[in-house]
Order: sequence, then C-alpha cells, then structure tokens
Amino acid sequence: MRVTVTINGQRRSDEIEDRLLLVHYLREVAQLTGTHVGCETSLCGACTVLINGKAVKSCTVLAAQAEGVEITTVEGLVKDGHLHPVQEGFWEEHGLQCGFCTPGMLMLTTDLLSRNPDPSEAEIRHALDGNLCRCTGYQHIINAVQYAARKMRETRKSA
Amino acid sequence: MFPASFQYHRAASVKDALGMLQQFGDDAKLLSGGHSLLPMMKLRLAQPTHLVDIAGVAELSGVREEGGKIVIGGATIHDNVASNQIVRNKLGLLAEVASAIGDIQVRNRGTIGGSLAHSDPAADYPAGVLALEGEIKLESSSGSRVVKAQDFFVDLLTTAIKPGEILTGVSFTPHPARTGFAYLKHRQPASGFAIVGIAAMVTLDAKGNCERVRVGVTGLGAKAFRPAAVESALAGKKPDTGAIGTAAAHAADGIDPLSDIHASADFRSELARVYTRRAIQQAIARIKT
Amino acid sequence: MAAGIVPKFVGSRVKRREDPRLISGNGTYVDDIKLPGMLAAVMLRSPYGHAKINSIDVEAAKKLPGVVAVLTGEDIRGKLPTLITAAPAQNVPYHPALAQDRVRFVGEAVAVAVAIDQYTAQDALDLIEVDYDPLPVITDPEKALEADAPVIHEQFGNNISTRAEVKSGEIDRAMREADRIIKFRLVNQRLAPVPMEPRGAVAQWNPGSEYLTLWSSTQGPHLLRSYLAEVLKLPEHRMRVIAPEVGGGFGCKLNVYAEEVMTAYLAMLLNKPVKWIERRRENLATTTHGRDLITYIEAPVKNDGTILGLKARFICDMGAYLQLLTPMVPGFAGMMMTGCYKVPAMAFEQLMVFTNKMAPDAYRGAGRPEACFIAERTMDMIALELNLDPAEIRRKNFIPKEAFPAQIASGLIYDSGDYEPALDLALKHIDYPKVRAEQAEGRKHGRYIGIGICSYVEICGIGPSPMLPPSMKGGGWESATIRMEPDSKVTVLTGVSPHGQGQETSFAQLVADELGIGIDDVTVVHGDTAIVQYGTGTFGSRGTSVGGAALMMAVQKLQAKMKKIASTMMEVPPDQLTFNNGTIAMASDLTKSIPLQRVVDASYGHKHPIPGIEPGLNEAGFYEPTACTFPFGTHACVVEVDADTGVVKFLRYVAVDDCGRIINPLLVEGQVHGGIAQGIAQALYEEVIYDENGQLLTATLMDYAVPKAEMLPHYELDSTVTPSPINPLGVKGVGEAGTIGSTPCVVSGVLDALKPFGIKNLDMPLKPEKIWRAIQAARKA
Ligand SMILES: Cc1cc2nc3c(=O)[nH]c(=O)nc-3n(C[C@H](O)[C@H](O)[C@H](O)COP(=O)(O)OP(=O)(O)OC[C@H]3O[C@@H](n4cnc5c(N)ncnc54)[C@H](O)[C@@H]3O)c2cc1C
Ligand code: FES
Ligand code: FES
Repeated sequence: MRVTVTINGQRRSDEIEDRLLLVHYLREVAQLTGTHVGCETSLCGACTVLINGKAVKSCTVLAAQAEGVEITTVEGLVKDGHLHPVQEGFWEEHGLQCGFCTPGMLMLTTDLLSRNPDPSEAEIRHALDGNLCRCTGYQHIINAVQYAARKMRETRKSA
Repeated sequence: MFPASFQYHRAASVKDALGMLQQFGDDAKLLSGGHSLLPMMKLRLAQPTHLVDIAGVAELSGVREEGGKIVIGGATIHDNVASNQIVRNKLGLLAEVASAIGDIQVRNRGTIGGSLAHSDPAADYPAGVLALEGEIKLESSSGSRVVKAQDFFVDLLTTAIKPGEILTGVSFTPHPARTGFAYLKHRQPASGFAIVGIAAMVTLDAKGNCERVRVGVTGLGAKAFRPAAVESALAGKKPDTGAIGTAAAHAADGIDPLSDIHASADFRSELARVYTRRAIQQAIARIKT
Repeated sequence: MAAGIVPKFVGSRVKRREDPRLISGNGTYVDDIKLPGMLAAVMLRSPYGHAKINSIDVEAAKKLPGVVAVLTGEDIRGKLPTLITAAPAQNVPYHPALAQDRVRFVGEAVAVAVAIDQYTAQDALDLIEVDYDPLPVITDPEKALEADAPVIHEQFGNNISTRAEVKSGEIDRAMREADRIIKFRLVNQRLAPVPMEPRGAVAQWNPGSEYLTLWSSTQGPHLLRSYLAEVLKLPEHRMRVIAPEVGGGFGCKLNVYAEEVMTAYLAMLLNKPVKWIERRRENLATTTHGRDLITYIEAPVKNDGTILGLKARFICDMGAYLQLLTPMVPGFAGMMMTGCYKVPAMAFEQLMVFTNKMAPDAYRGAGRPEACFIAERTMDMIALELNLDPAEIRRKNFIPKEAFPAQIASGLIYDSGDYEPALDLALKHIDYPKVRAEQAEGRKHGRYIGIGICSYVEICGIGPSPMLPPSMKGGGWESATIRMEPDSKVTVLTGVSPHGQGQETSFAQLVADELGIGIDDVTVVHGDTAIVQYGTGTFGSRGTSVGGAALMMAVQKLQAKMKKIASTMMEVPPDQLTFNNGTIAMASDLTKSIPLQRVVDASYGHKHPIPGIEPGLNEAGFYEPTACTFPFGTHACVVEVDADTGVVKFLRYVAVDDCGRIINPLLVEGQVHGGIAQGIAQALYEEVIYDENGQLLTATLMDYAVPKAEMLPHYELDSTVTPSPINPLGVKGVGEAGTIGSTPCVVSGVLDALKPFGIKNLDMPLKPEKIWRAIQAARKA
C-alpha cells in the first residue's frame, strides 16, 4: 500500500507493506535512525516521536495509520542550525549517558512542555512513566527538562 | 516486534467499517488506538488477516453533551477524555481514571472504545465506567443497542459486544451535587497497569449521610465489577471512619481473585479492601458543600 | 603541568563532547548500520527449560520467498567449536552456538533463519518445526545439589561445576572465642542487566581479502576479536571488531555471545553482510544475568559488637552453560565480603551449580554488590542482636585511617581510605538524631519510618594482570596512544571502550590541561580494533583509573619529546619547560615561550632534524596497574513503609562517595545516580523469575520491573576525597559505587522500619506483598 506523510517538514510517499510498523518505516524506509527500538511491548519509549505534535510510541503505530500526519523525529528538532531548548537542556545538565533512550526522552519532553510549561519534579517524574532510562537514574533528565522549560519560558517572554 | 501479514483497511465512517466487518467476518479486527491489539500482533499472539482502522472516523471521536448526558465517542483517545473541559467539570471521576492510564504516549493513542472492548482485567476504564454507571452504545449493520456497564463486562477479555458490532460511544450522567470521587490505583511496577484500581463516587444527602455510593473495582478478578456489599453497607449511613472501614471490608466478597508474580490472590484482595476504604474516604473529603 | 598553572578543565563540570551527536539523532548504534545486500538473521529459541531435540524440520522455512538460509545445530557441528569461558572452573560443559541434541534453558538458540529482512526472517521461524521430548527441569540451585536431581550435563554425573574454598586467618579460633555467632541466610536474587539498547551485531566478510569486519554492541572489542578469532579460526589481523555507539552495557556486553559468533559465521558462509539484532524478549532470556547467589553466613562477634571473623558458604547459580566470566564473579564477592571492617579471619566456600537457566555473568558491580550486601547485612544483624546503634557498630569496626594501605583477611590490599568522615557526613545530611526521634514519635502513631545505612568499600581498576584468570586474553593493563597532528590538534586512541561513561570528555579534559590546549582541540577515538591498539575494555570501573593512567603515560612521552625539540629551539634545558596556553614556555617565566605549532612544524617538517629525535608526534602508553583501587563511602536513606499495603516510600536518599580525585563532577554524579537507581532496583523491584518448569516469568518489560522515574527518589550527593596512591591521576573509579552502596542501604532502611514488628530479615526484592505478608505474620504471632 502507499502511505504519504510529512516527516520533519518534508512530505514523502512510499509503497510499503501493510504490516510495517511506523518505527521501521522511519528507520528503514525514511533512513532516520535517530528513533530507536528498545523493547517489544511498547514500554520503553525509545521509539517516541511526535505525531501532529503529540508524543507517541512509533513501535505501536502502523505506518499505514500515519497517512496524512505530520511526524517529528529527533532529527527534526534542530532549527536553522540551532539546538532546540530541550536538546540544550539534556546537554547542559548531562541528561544522557549512553544516549539510547535520549531521542525518545527529547520527544516526550517536547510534548510535556507544550502542555505544562513549568512542570515540578513530581510532574516530570510522572510524565516520564513511558520512557525508561537505564543509565542516568533520571535525576539529570529531570534537571534537563527543567532547564528546557526555563529556557522556553524565557524565550516566550522576550518574544 | 514483527507482526504477521494482514491487510489494512481505513474506514471512512461507521457504516463503512460495519460493511467491512461484515465482508471479512471472523478474519477481521477493528483497529482503534492499537495499543492493545498491536502489542499482541507484534508478539504474534494475535494474527488477524484484516484490520479495519476506525481511528480516523470523525463521528466516533470527541465529547459532546446530549440531552443532559455526556457522550464520549468510541474512538476518543484517553488524553482527550482526561483533558476535556466538559469531562473535567462534570465527570471528574472519568477524567481522573483516564489520566491514570499508562503514560502520555499511551494516552495519546489508546481509545475508550478499544479499552472497553478489549476489557483487560487490569485496565482502568472499566472501574470508572462501572462506578459512573455508564451506558455503552453498540452498533451493527442491523441496528444499535445500549448495554449498561453492569452488563457489559462478561468475563476475562470478554464483553457483551457481538461479532460485527462496533462500540460507538459511552454516555454518562454528570456528577450530581454534593458528590465526591477518587480513583486510586496500585500499579504493577513493570507494566503500569492496575494490580488493583478502585473508582469511588459518593453523593451525600443534605444531612451528610450517604445518598449514593458507587464503587468500581478493576484488577482483582477476571473482570471489573461493582462490589454491591460495599455500596449497600453505606447507603443511608453517616460515612464515618468506622462505617467506611466496615463497608470496604466487603470489597473482595465473592470474587475469585487473580494471582500472578506481582500479587497473589490474598494480597490483591487486601489491596482492594484498603484502597476501597481510602478511595471512599478521599471521595468524601473532596465533596464541596 | 607546572606548579602554579591552574587546571582549566580537570575538576570542572565540563559538558560532554559525545552529546551533540547523541541529542540530534546522529549516533550510530549497531542497528543503524546498513550495508548493501545486508541480510537479517533471527534466532529460533527453545520454549523448554530442558528437552531432547528429536528433529528439526526447516524445509518449509527454507522455501519461503526471501529466505536465504536456515541453519540448525547440526549444520555447525564440527565446524564451530564450543563457546568459551575464560574463568577457571572444574567442570566446563560443551557450549555450542546453536543447540545440539538437547536444550538446557528457555531461550537457548536452536536454529537461525536468514532472510532479506527481519519480517521475512520472523515469518520463516514460524515455519520451522522442532520435535522436542521434554526432560525434567531443575531451576533451584540448592535442589540441583540433591542426589536425585536431574543432571543437566550428564558427563559430570552431577550438577556441580566447581567447588572451591578460601580460608585465611584463624577463623576456627574466632568461632571459638566469640561471645556469640550470628547466623543467617542471604539471597542476592537474579537480575537482568537490561541496557536500553539490546545486543546486536553486523558482520561483513570480504572473501577476496579474507577479512572479517564485525560491528557489535560490546564493551570490549579487542577481547571479542581475540575470542572470535579462536572460535572462527581466523587470524586476528584479518579481523576488525568495531564497537559503534553502545547503548549501555553494565557488564552484560563483555561476554562473547553465540549470536556474535553466528552472525560472523553466517556472513562468511553466505558471502553477504548479515545483521542480527536482539529483541527485548531475547535480551531478558539470553543476555547474561547478574547476581543469583545464596549465602549462608556465620559471624563470630564479641558482646560489645566487635566482629572477629566471617564465614560464608556460597551457592552460586551458574545457569546451564558457563559464559565468559560466569565462574569468576562469586570469587570477588568472597574476597570483598568483609567490607570496610577489621575482620581478622575469614573463610568462604563456593559451590557453583548448574541449573536450567541462563548463565549469570558480570553485572554492574560483579561480585561487589553481593559482598557489600553480606558485610552490611552482617553489621545490621549484629546491631539488631546486640541492640546497638547501626551507625555505631560500623564506626566501631571500621578499618582505621592509620591502617592504610591495609591488607584485609582475603589478602587484598586497600590502597587508601578514611571511612568515618563519609559516615559522619551522611549522618549529618539526614540529621540522624532528629530523624531517629521522628521515627520514635511516628511509631507511636502507626507510622513506620526506617533509616538505612550502608558503608561500602569496593574494588576498582582491575588491575594487576595476575588478578585475571590465566586463560583470559588481554590483561589487566590498559593502553593509549596520543598523536599531535600537523595542525597541533590532538587525537587520542584509547583501549577502553566507553558506552556512556563519558571518557571522550574526561580524557580530553586531561589532555587539554596537560598540553595547555583547548578541549575542542582533542578528539578521543575508541572502540575500533583496526584503529586503536589492543586494549582490555571498559568494565569494573577501570576506564579512568587504568585507561586514564595509560593515557597519562603517553602524554608524558609526548611532552618529553616536544620539550626536547623546544629545548633546542629555545636553548633552555627541557626540564625547565612547561606547556601553557598553546605554547611551550619556561616554567619560571611563562612569557618566554614558543607556540606549540612551531614545535609541531619542526617535528613534522623535520627540515632541521635534531639528532636523536625521530620525526612525528605519536606516543603510546601501556599501563599495568600495580594494585587495585578501593573507593568507598556511606549511603543513608529514610524510608516509610505503608503497613497496610507494604508500599515503601522514600523520604530521603543521601550518598557520600569517595572515588578519589574527580576529573569531572558532572560525570561522577551521573555515574552515581545511575548506579543508585540500579541498586535500588535490586533492593525493591527487580527479579528474574523462572518457574519450576524453567519458564521465564519475567520475559518482557511488562513483567520485569526496570524502575521508572516515579519509582526512584531524589538523590542528594556529597563526597569526600581520598586520592588513590596507586595511579598517577589519584582516581579510584565510580562506575559501580552507587549500585554497591544503595542496595544494602535501602534494605537496611526498610528492615529498620519493620523493626517494631520483630521482622529481622527479608529477601530482596522487598516488594509490597512480601512486606505486607511479613507484617501480617508478625501481627498474628
Ligand atoms: C505500554 C502500555 C501501557 C498501558 N497501560 C495501561 C494502563 O495502565 N491502564 C489501562 O487501562 N490500559 C493501559 N494500556 C492499554 C491502553 O489503554 C489501550 O489503549 C486500550 O486498552 C485499548 O484501546 P485501543 O484504542 O488502543 O484499542 P485497540 O488496540 O485498537 O483495540 C483493542 C481491541 O478492541 C477492539 N476494538 C477497538 N475499538 C473497538 C470498538 N470501537 N468497538 C469494538 N471493538 C473495538 C479491537 O478489535 C481489539 O480487539 C496500556 C497499553 C500500553 C501499550
Ligand atoms: S520500542 Fe517502542 S516503546 Fe519500546
Ligand atoms: S542514557 Fe542510556 S538509557 Fe538513558
């Protein structure tokens, strides 16, 4: 079957097998390997991308279901050569070690901050329910999210 | 991680979907949020040959008020229920239950219709829909019918839905005045599903006695249920600590509890009793008088 | 660095240099590698814990369009030898890469399908028919020792792999002279390491040059190459092993796996690149597990709380086959089980037992968490029996500061230590007297607060080569090469193979300071056997203490050469020169200098050669440590137990760690945080469960509880700094400290909360139900 989507602002259309998972479509067909696969049971969140701005686990969506949507992957966060505040936060606050969970964490954070521009530590911990990290023990990730939140609030204020 | 082959069909309307269900018969499955079905297909525990995707059917999605009732379309995602202003203001318990499901990503895809149709014994919605005495609308090519929540959950992963039917919506009566509610969930640490989940709603009369107590229990048995003995024990009573404790002690009465590596039958029963007590207490504490 | 020059980078919170690629989706993990014509391999795995294979029918699978090959154990019999264990053991079973005749644990590979993609390969697996005869299964190591237990490897007659005893000091006298002997049983349950990136390998064979390239998600590319060379009978110079970006290891990616061998073998057989990517279910069933140690402890003590000795019997579950280091891990537990205490005598017996399970191997801490758990539970038990304060009992038995370097009963020599300040600091942070008062008050109102304390010491920086098993390829040393390029930028090649630890940053910090250059002028390269000289790899918190020391040796050689060149140019003796801010300068007057670039030009250009100095700026260092390092610290926590539900809630978590000198506090914190999370996971959440039929009940992440952010506390960190005299950097290692200190700390806290119920001991993980049951039982009694 044919699927047409917009990925990181670029429209593309591909002939695919009906059963192809979105994560495999992104990784194998669109060659965007920043989105990772860390489990088979939809629990780890490493595959998180944005569909129309909302965080979803791309391992639990068929590519076919993505017809007509806008997808943002980690590769689409950098704008005009500038890191997204969320990326900046993870870098500044040492929010990653092996980096495998990171793309999923970044995408989830993007969704979170669009709903809640100033989340508390408890709210961030709760929001991370669908994203596992085995390296950081999460604390630096929480700092990273707060850094990004601050930065985005400041930019909004000055704008 | 790699589902077996199938044919994917996108339904444009309920009618369209019903037609396809009829055409493909037992080989077909409805696909809504896909967050119960796809995980099973990825492990090849389910291998349907036709998927009929109803996620994009506009008439199935969203919240509307209709003749004093609040109706939630079958393909409405959990996040939209949790954040919808009508639901939050008039049906707070359901918003609270919806926001306790899985995680942000799951709530961004999973739907109320899919959850109820799948009827996982550890799912959250069933507890809320039971406590709220929701009415479930089912449509088939031969017409539609309404099933009360009480009658909807039949057994483990089994509901009143018949082959060829689509769950198109659930309708609820808004919370009356002097009503408080709470949803408490003991999470299975790995999956995040409910080991036990208790939805409680209490309405007090003008004197402060219990006018109506509704409790929905999930996780404990093969299907979600309302513990009748708990509800009746409090009816008309002053809800003091003693009365609540006595009532909550019946939360697991007559149930054959599930047992697994995360919680034995005994422990699940005890959790049901403890959380029932706490949920009722919290519900009462939240009543605005 | 000359005296008076303040380090610019070492000691500061330098942001990681590996991050820009990782936060933008530009990291290349093994699954991201695509080669033209590449095929996908998928393994068919045993659904039985123990069974005889009667036959395997692969014909239908082979006929499926897109399938290129299907192999079973019969296809490799006689062609691929047994997989290897490097650690000494008495009974070592034959371990084929694909099962032959029998399967011995759930998940053992029985066949492999190779196809154009993973979907098709998976379809092929569904068409393979295996005829099994189930055999009796044994999963409990203690039952496996019984006379009528089913025997897993018939050739040995029973299920014992190895029996070993270590005894030192006058343990019998200690037992005689004790006022009392405290006896108890401890279980370090089986854990799954679960790096977020599962394992994976890509192999490419060039039949023309007979050259194999293997990308693998490994912690030790050189070790992997050496062992693969042996199994595949290929010379090492015809093999290149690359560890690309590795998504976490925690010890489990040190092993040399059947799938790595098979992927390479298939590429050679089919003359096509082959990729194998582990799925999470395979990861939970077939990646090496950790821990799984039952210990029977006897501690002779005086009534004043003085410990006189420690005696232990270990039942070590080895699983069905021995993996690379499986038999070595429990030994570390024994050698370190006396912890930070003066224990004049010790003895331990190890019984290593086969069961129908996956083998455990190194997992974050590898033996030291087990050891620390023994030492700390012993201290708590003594405190409980003698009604003494758990903090004071530790203080009383600490090895005193004056005793360092201190040889302990097992023979190990602790390099440096000062245990009391760390304990004091941790107690100060939680406000010990106050929280004890709150605890007493709470108990009156049915609030069960517990205070957990754990003073740990661990062994890092392995280490003198003789400490490693004789059959282990590679030694305890580490290597580095430093190259100043013609534009005076620096490339560092390190033999360690970081996968999250951040040495691309910390090593650049070291080099930048030593050479007086910017951190962006240094690039650290690792993980490729064709580029990097031999190295042993990253494990046992050795990366910085051993790898960093090797780097310092190389740096010093480079400095010496450059000073010599500069000396002739400046007409100043080399020993009066130093590196400063892009120049080589007189140490006594930094304004008298020449730019580094001029020295580099002189060296590379070699137009006016200096007698006795070769062209080029490339130096290597191989550092063999003379001893190990012993980081230590005290963790303290305050928890509250909900007596109705058994749920444990954290009120505080404080960690005071001493890992010697700190190169980058940001990285150290990250390591400690991650370590604590994994240690808490053992204490409260995680456990690999097999039923008595050998079925793995924790086969997916839906059942194996890797903690989420909400399940972990906010960590409050502090440190003391006691430099190690062992290595030139004074560093000790920090990769595992958090894991080691946190598990006993949390268990100690929970049991302290349960003290009013008379509950003395509970096996981990301390799940709500276990706690609730213990309380129920206590209330009934
Ligand atoms: C990681 C993860 C965590 C989760 N955690 C929780 C949790 O904590 N609590 C919880 O309650 N749930 C949880 N879920 C399940 C989630 O809520 C699912 O979304 C829900 O159970 C199913 O809804 P769906 O729309 O995704 O259904 P689908 O997967 O699309 O369908 C499920 C079943 O229902 C049928 N069906 C779907 N729609 C209809 C309809 N309108 N009429 C008739 N039949 C229909 C399908 O044919 C299928 O058999 C979790 C899921 C995941 C992946
Ligand atoms: S790969 Fe999608 S949640 Fe793990
Ligand atoms: S950084 Fe390694 S899993 Fe999160």
